[in-house]
Amino acid sequence: MTGRLALAAAVTAAAAVPLLGRDYYATLMLPFFGYSIALLGLNLLFGTTGLLSFGHALFLAVGGYTAAYLGSTLGVRSLEAMLAVALVVAAVIAVPVGWLCVRYVKIYFGMLTLAFGMLFYSFLYKFYALTGGDEGMPVARPSLLGQGFGELDKTAYLIGPYYYYSLALCLVAAVVMWRIVRSPLGLSLRAIRENADKAEYVGVRVRRYRFYAFVIAAVFGAAGGVLLVVPTGLAAPTLAYWTHSGNLVFMLLLGGFGHFFGPVVGAFVFIFLQDQVMSVTQYWRFVFGAVLAAVVIFLPHGLMGLLARRADA
Amino acid sequence: MTPLLEARDVVKRYGDVQALSGVTMALRGGEFVSIIGPNGAGKTTLVNVLTGLLRPTSGRVVFKGRDVAGVGPVRLAALGMARSFQLVNVFPALTVAETLAVPALARLGRGGRPFASLARDVEVADGVAEVAELFGLAEKLPRLARTLPQGDKKLLDVASAFALRPEVILMDEPTSGVSTRDKTAIMETLVQAARRIGVKGIIQVEHDMDIVFAYSDRIVALHQGRVLADATPDAIRADDEVVATVLGRPR
Repeated sequence: MTGRLALAAAVTAAAAVPLLGRDYYATLMLPFFGYSIALLGLNLLFGTTGLLSFGHALFLAVGGYTAAYLGSTLGVRSLEAMLAVALVVAAVIAVPVGWLCVRYVKIYFGMLTLAFGMLFYSFLYKFYALTGGDEGMPVARPSLLGQGFGELDKTAYLIGPYYYYSLALCLVAAVVMWRIVRSPLGLSLRAIRENADKAEYVGVRVRRYRFYAFVIAAVFGAAGGVLLVVPTGLAAPTLAYWTHSGNLVFMLLLGGFGHFFGPVVGAFVFIFLQDQVMSVTQYWRFVFGAVLAAVVIFLPHGLMGLLARRADA
Repeated sequence: MTPLLEARDVVKRYGDVQALSGVTMALRGGEFVSIIGPNGAGKTTLVNVLTGLLRPTSGRVVFKGRDVAGVGPVRLAALGMARSFQLVNVFPALTVAETLAVPALARLGRGGRPFASLARDVEVADGVAEVAELFGLAEKLPRLARTLPQGDKKLLDVASAFALRPEVILMDEPTSGVSTRDKTAIMETLVQAARRIGVKGIIQVEHDMDIVFAYSDRIVALHQGRVLADATPDAIRADDEVVATVLGRPR
């Protein structure tokens, strides 16, 4: 019950942010929505299935570049079309990549995903004609549900219709993931995480279900990637760079991968903390390294773990 | 009558070590067979070969008329064979109900459905309830497996194999690590459950000779990777060579 109230309060607060008149904070919420969707997917792979990917940024980049390519090169305006195509492209790429990666577990899985992420980064960086190389690709302002909102300036568009569109998409993604985690597949994945050998003996098709989790995570990653590039107006190769994958893992640890909303909390705290620390010191990476170390040592279950413990006490 | 499960001249070599040197044995419908033998006789290797975990170096494993050597546990589970383990083998952070739901879903071919509601699957819930009842775990359905006492973990491990509703079940020391007093109770539970669920044949590896002689229709005695004897409990008792090498003391 407390959980539902907290959730309702959080959604209401998120919906109220653009009304507060602090546009800057509303624009900070935009990457939060994108990262939340991507991390809900990544956590199906890590928190639920027990596979830690160090290359998940690949799929955010797939989403971002698909949106950019459709908009800049093919003249597509509809964000729904961009999302739909991005999800399909991500699934198509995730099939061979996932098929290879899920044959391995633990560090080998992590390293292989890292390798594929870097491969994709190199592709984006070097195939100038297709991807714009190091300059990336511009992302034109997309229409939302057929509405162009041409009368709004960029900020008004972003913290107005685009903000609520992103919030709604984030809620839809959360509902879909909530169902997946509570589905038969979700239970099979948790059994795999807990004891893969035993799972095989009770009939669980371990490799196949790990593969499903990988593809679902990829699709969520691409949806998040599409949302990320619209506010910045640019799809750049750094989207796929390994430090970006590292940030995703950081957010998971920060929020707590053992809890459904841990990734969302992690994305929120990461983005606002980064904003605050960057405004204070140029050595923000140093501060973040210390925060990550502290989280791993003192909060192994992340911030949600801390909250859950408080709620139980 | 054709056997349910059969090993024909199975050899398993690990490098220079020959764990099994031509083992032939069979399990027929309605039988309870125990595999006995001193440590290193090849008992666990034989179970691993029979359950498709290990591919034999040579020889065949035939289950219900099919060669299943090395096909892997998932295929075997689908064909109707399950196993439990010597060491307690559970899903620590799953509840008892969830642990039993995993094989129930696998049996129904629903384990990979991403959008179905697990909570509303009546067939799975019934399967879980029935197996939990048989194993005396009905009161403990919401408990996490890791919080159960050792004896219950052992029961849960076996119960999850039964939840597949297999035709054949292989149990690697189902009563190891359990006090002598509880052993008979566990065996009674297993035999009852097997009857209720319709298990057609059981193979167990067991060290406790009281259990072996009380429950087996047939005993296969292994020694140094070979079948030393394959006979009824009475015949095994009368076999001086088996008594000397396997039982280690006159009975």
